[in-house]
Amino acid sequence: MGMTIAEKIIAAAAGAESVKPGDIHTVELDRLMSNDGTTHLTIDMYHQLKNPHIADVNKLVWIVDHNVPCDSVKTAASHKKMRDFAKENGIKFYEGAGVCHQVMIENHVTSGELIFGADSHTCAYGALGAFGTGVGCTDYLYAMVTGHSWLLVPETLKFNLTGKLKEGVYARDLILSIIGMIGANGANYMAMEFSGEGLKTLNMSDRIAICNLCVEAGAKTALMEVDEITLDYLKAHGREPKYSFKSDEDAHFAKVYDIDLSTIKPIVAKPHFVDSVVDAKECVGTHIDEAFLGSCNNGRLEDLRVGAELIKGRKVHPLVRFLVVPASAEVYKQALSEGLIDTFMEAGAIVMNPNCSVCWGSCQGVIGENEVLISTGTRNFKGRAGHKDSFVYLASAATVTASAIKGEIATADMLE
Amino acid sequence: MEKFSGKIWVLGDDIDTDIIIPTEYLALKTVKDMAPYAFSPLRPELAAQIQEGDIIVAGKNFGCGSSREQAPEIIKTLGIKCVIAKSFARIFFRNSINNGLLLIENDKLRDVVNEGDEITVTINESIEHNGSQYPITSLPQNLVDIINAGGLVKAMRKLNGLD
Repeated sequence: MGMTIAEKIIAAAAGAESVKPGDIHTVELDRLMSNDGTTHLTIDMYHQLKNPHIADVNKLVWIVDHNVPCDSVKTAASHKKMRDFAKENGIKFYEGAGVCHQVMIENHVTSGELIFGADSHTCAYGALGAFGTGVGCTDYLYAMVTGHSWLLVPETLKFNLTGKLKEGVYARDLILSIIGMIGANGANYMAMEFSGEGLKTLNMSDRIAICNLCVEAGAKTALMEVDEITLDYLKAHGREPKYSFKSDEDAHFAKVYDIDLSTIKPIVAKPHFVDSVVDAKECVGTHIDEAFLGSCNNGRLEDLRVGAELIKGRKVHPLVRFLVVPASAEVYKQALSEGLIDTFMEAGAIVMNPNCSVCWGSCQGVIGENEVLISTGTRNFKGRAGHKDSFVYLASAATVTASAIKGEIATADMLE
Repeated sequence: MEKFSGKIWVLGDDIDTDIIIPTEYLALKTVKDMAPYAFSPLRPELAAQIQEGDIIVAGKNFGCGSSREQAPEIIKTLGIKCVIAKSFARIFFRNSINNGLLLIENDKLRDVVNEGDEITVTINESIEHNGSQYPITSLPQNLVDIINAGGLVKAMRKLNGLD
């Protein structure tokens, strides 16, 4: 029996010839990412151990991104704990460089690696053909101290992509459609694998957006076949693949979905569930108070270009706050040199430093009672962006920008 | 086999980690400080009503969302003995064991119980409600040991003779 990409990566990391779904294996981790969401808790537990030590410090990357710059004395204390520990132990440390997953993809991740991240959206690394999976801080600590962990080999759902997205339709619309189709736990414990001719029409930014959101269907990881686009990205960033895996012809998939990209339409996920998706047209006219263009899902240069093109020569609606947050310092610099930041500011947008921002409901742009946010963020759970009685709609960069201009939910084709 | 009884609180599907503990309270110093705000977006009064030994019975996909480990820790701090749900999100499942919170999967119980009912759980065997038995799968002994020790770090400390 052949193996899927997920099975091949686990087999390599476990030193096993072959693995099958349901097996539990001890695996060697290639990288361990942690951010300021929970690293302070990991450090507290580390000090409770009998012989605290780090198995291989070169595998660790710590990134401050959830509250940047620091917004309170309390978070300043947890950042200081993280910063001091990183310095003392020689851990690679970033602060202000961007959202952790974007920073990891720009600087560290390569194809075929097995990576634990103490953040649920670690599955984004599948865009580069790496097995990234989110863990809590205790699992992180165990891996940090021992260098390994245990993993249950997941079943794989295969998404065979054909065709091409129509103009005005984006990767965000595709992944929201898929989550709507399989449900918020439709891939629970499973890997979601993407392949097919349609994949070749999706650039690296699209691929990251798709893999990043797979945890919202419950997936353990997301994986894409390594191809020219992957290899070009790695080469441009000075890295080589560890492995370039493809699933075998006779690999076992729990289910195969055929998706024709040309059938996808602009989509909105309504409050308070990511799988509560509808055709964006059904939400047109819904009042909004704030719009957010950013996050590890849609804060890359490609997303900012889409937004800037729509808003050029137009204005943000006077009753709307439009937050634009590049996903990394690298993205920010490129956006500056392309004039995108000027365009947003001339239109009246609030451009912020790279960080998680309102996507995680702290630090910046939090919304008040009964307020409505339309966002390219990752989640729309009840209270996610602020007050417990507030509302978050998720959509593409185009729909979010069009809505910021109109002052209510609108699709890009509605702009005069 | 270990056996315990408790009063139940009933919740729906997709109880996410932002419901279990909203972001704004994560900056509080300890999980004890955070616990009064557990489930507050959904049921602000619930945390104060939960008593030591109570049990949560919920629908599918309990614990979906963030990897924040404060979520299972807070449920445990409230005194909840175990959570029984139709299914659990995977990061939350691992985090719960690592923090000593017992989780039991059962897809039938949620649809027949009412809040305030009393149920009896026999670990690795069954749940009893109103005279009916609902079989449950068993957890391997090493996981039971971690849960009984109060989590992975506490289990390691015990193993190393520190506690």
